[in-house]
Amino acid sequence: MKQSKIKNVVLASIAVIAIAALPSCKPKNVSTATSGDAAKKAYVAPGKYDEFYNIVSGGFSGQMSIYGLPSGRLFRVIPVFSVDPEKGYGYSEESKAMLNTSHGFVPWDDLHHISLSETDGVHDGRWAFGNANNTPRIARIDLKTFRTAEIIEIPNSAGNHSSPFITENSEYVVAGTRFSVPMSNGTTDVPINTYKENFKGTVSFINVDKESGKMGIAFQILLPGVDFDLSRAGKGKSHGWFFFSCYNSERANTLLEVNASKFDKDFIMAVNWKKAEEYVKAGKGVKKNVSYAHNTYDEKTHTANSTIEKEVIMLDPKDCPDMVYLMPCPKSPHGCDTDPTGEYIVGSGKLAAVIPVFSFTKMQEAINAKNFEGEYDGLPVLKYDAVLHGEVKKPGLGPLHTEFDANGNAYTSFFVSSEIVKWRLSDLSVLDRVPTYYSVGHLCVPGGPTKKPWGKYVIAYNKITKDRYLPTGPELTQSAQLYDISGDKMQLILDFPTIGEPHYAEAIPAELLSKNSTKIYKIEENQHPYVTKGEKEAKVERKGNEVHVYMTSIRSHFVPDNIEGVKLGDVVYFHVTNLEQDWDVPHGFAVKGANNAELLIMPGETSTLMWKPDRVGVFPFYCTDFCSALHQEMQGYIRISPANSNVPLTFSTGTNQPPIN
Amino acid sequence: MNTKLLMGVIFAASIAISCNPPAAENQQATTTEETQAGGQEAVIDDDSQKDIVKIAVGSADHSTLVAALKQADYVTSLSNAGPFTVFAPTNEAFNKLPAGTVDDLMKPENKAKLQDILEYHVSLGVFKPEMLTDGQTINQANLKNIAISNKDNKIMINNQANIIATIPAANGVIHVIDAVLLPPDK
Repeated sequence: MKQSKIKNVVLASIAVIAIAALPSCKPKNVSTATSGDAAKKAYVAPGKYDEFYNIVSGGFSGQMSIYGLPSGRLFRVIPVFSVDPEKGYGYSEESKAMLNTSHGFVPWDDLHHISLSETDGVHDGRWAFGNANNTPRIARIDLKTFRTAEIIEIPNSAGNHSSPFITENSEYVVAGTRFSVPMSNGTTDVPINTYKENFKGTVSFINVDKESGKMGIAFQILLPGVDFDLSRAGKGKSHGWFFFSCYNSERANTLLEVNASKFDKDFIMAVNWKKAEEYVKAGKGVKKNVSYAHNTYDEKTHTANSTIEKEVIMLDPKDCPDMVYLMPCPKSPHGCDTDPTGEYIVGSGKLAAVIPVFSFTKMQEAINAKNFEGEYDGLPVLKYDAVLHGEVKKPGLGPLHTEFDANGNAYTSFFVSSEIVKWRLSDLSVLDRVPTYYSVGHLCVPGGPTKKPWGKYVIAYNKITKDRYLPTGPELTQSAQLYDISGDKMQLILDFPTIGEPHYAEAIPAELLSKNSTKIYKIEENQHPYVTKGEKEAKVERKGNEVHVYMTSIRSHFVPDNIEGVKLGDVVYFHVTNLEQDWDVPHGFAVKGANNAELLIMPGETSTLMWKPDRVGVFPFYCTDFCSALHQEMQGYIRISPANSNVPLTFSTGTNQPPIN
Repeated sequence: MNTKLLMGVIFAASIAISCNPPAAENQQATTTEETQAGGQEAVIDDDSQKDIVKIAVGSADHSTLVAALKQADYVTSLSNAGPFTVFAPTNEAFNKLPAGTVDDLMKPENKAKLQDILEYHVSLGVFKPEMLTDGQTINQANLKNIAISNKDNKIMINNQANIIATIPAANGVIHVIDAVLLPPDK
């Protein structure tokens, strides 16, 4: 009896294993071969444009990358928080200030999330924002030039993960602390095991100027020492609120893998930011002495400027009632996403096997009825059942993030079960599921976080690729996967590799950006202090031991291209102006032995390379960007003489200086 | 025993046979549709440390558990990066259940129940034996708690299952237990 049952089970398991193994090697039958239109759907013919820009975070690369959809073609890597020798970013004198912080120059960071500017809850195509997770900062990228225009450091913060999510009119981008830390009030040197008393979290609201996009820290809110993870603004009916997921409500400071997973529920925090604005106006905020860098890139001078700011306004919820509420959310919620109507807030407990969906309407009712289950560190905790729209039951394992289409459907990524699950917001029923290869993290529907999702595709950003591509040693490429969601069933149509590690991404219809794209910088508008607006103005000047070379580049020569009279111990600044006024004709500049990168100078731009010669000799320099048929002729020499030499300072192009006798 | 060995051979063979399509078919695939692969469990890798699924598949004492994981569609999940702690009942533990229970759970209509039971055997995070302390509760993947007792390093789960072996895996740890854990109703 017992034996036969075992045998049955064993036999069953053989059958199951055999079946499970089959799909991986199922020969293509006629029907799949003929109905397979994936290649057609992802195909963008040579010379044709993609339908969407996909703006993808680079994770530990610190950069943002620009892809086309549906082709998955990579167009550009925008340097943001990490130096990029290819573009001279962080190496040229003009760009160094972009990476300045209160800690000095920081050459790297970890960019996790993208948000695109919105007007009335819809993409307006002006700016993309990105967060620095390690040394907390937010960057603004100008989508006309696809360059980093501004970086602001966030004080009283560590692990700026819950960022840079945006409100529906780009009133604010936010920054929430993943790592709570002792606040900078003079008592930061504390034992780590005093975490519960001394460590605090903050969320910062950074306002964005309607016209210029310029950022400023409007206020910070002082909060319990939990880990803030992700966030989304309310929209439509919930405009004026912001929702943040938080974990580690246990407030553990060691082995969080175990110690931050003890409680059944953590929280989604709801912040009434309109109320916060009132409190700031009413003077309820306390001015805190801090130090943070604010770096802006000036397109007229082609130069970044860094200033250190010294003050923020801090609101304490203890002095500001009705501003912050907590909603219990099962098991270390990660994603915290609001649907296009603003009614539903989807929490994703990353350790849970359900997806709780909260109702903004019910939350308002519960607040009005004071339907609280208690307090957490002085903050009112609403009753779970009172604010819950419902739970998606058994959707998969390890829900992380949710995006939306315009038809009332949600798409949730599941890390553990490696799949995307489509479900309906109204009745929480699961409609479809597709596997991802493998271990999907974030996902993106074009316009998915806005009031007006553009839909059509969902893109999975996967953490693990294992056998999906040709192997390249221990480290494999990160990967995105594109699914067509225009029908009832999701269909995988493309895998494409990504730079760094993609976390969140957004996608925007191509025409919203392409029509505004900058082609050249006008040379007559160039206000760089060392600009050379024509070859006749080219010169070399000595100021003490500094040698300033006012250089021009145009197809296919530098002026000057022979320089003498520079001495060991001098510091040479090559201020190179690209005189071209023609789209897609950058010139590069590099000099032998420079402990520096190249310059890559756009048409009409001026860029400066600093060089400290380390030996006597003659050193060639050349254009690094293949600019013309005579690119190989675009070169020059600089002579470095001993410190005590009497060689006069001369420069020339086309003639010898001094003339040959 | 022979049957189990046979199963292992069949399983291994099915992987080996599986993935060498003729060149012509390969070409066809590129012009038509993506090749639908298995999940991470189908990744061929004999060099890395074995994950939880590979260890379970290789264990003659866990064929019932492996069959149940297949039926519940949890093979891909447990081949994931994890990290997991899996409390893995032996075949004998499943046999201790009332007659017909396992057969019943393996029916397609009972898949959700089977999933719930299996989720009750999985913790997210690596709990090594020395981290399982007397009186501790751990909230499992199905959101229900298990209770740990640890008397003189004799560890029991829910006062019912003994940890009889612990096996480290690439994506977590397996505690072999001698009874199936049944989630509380509420």
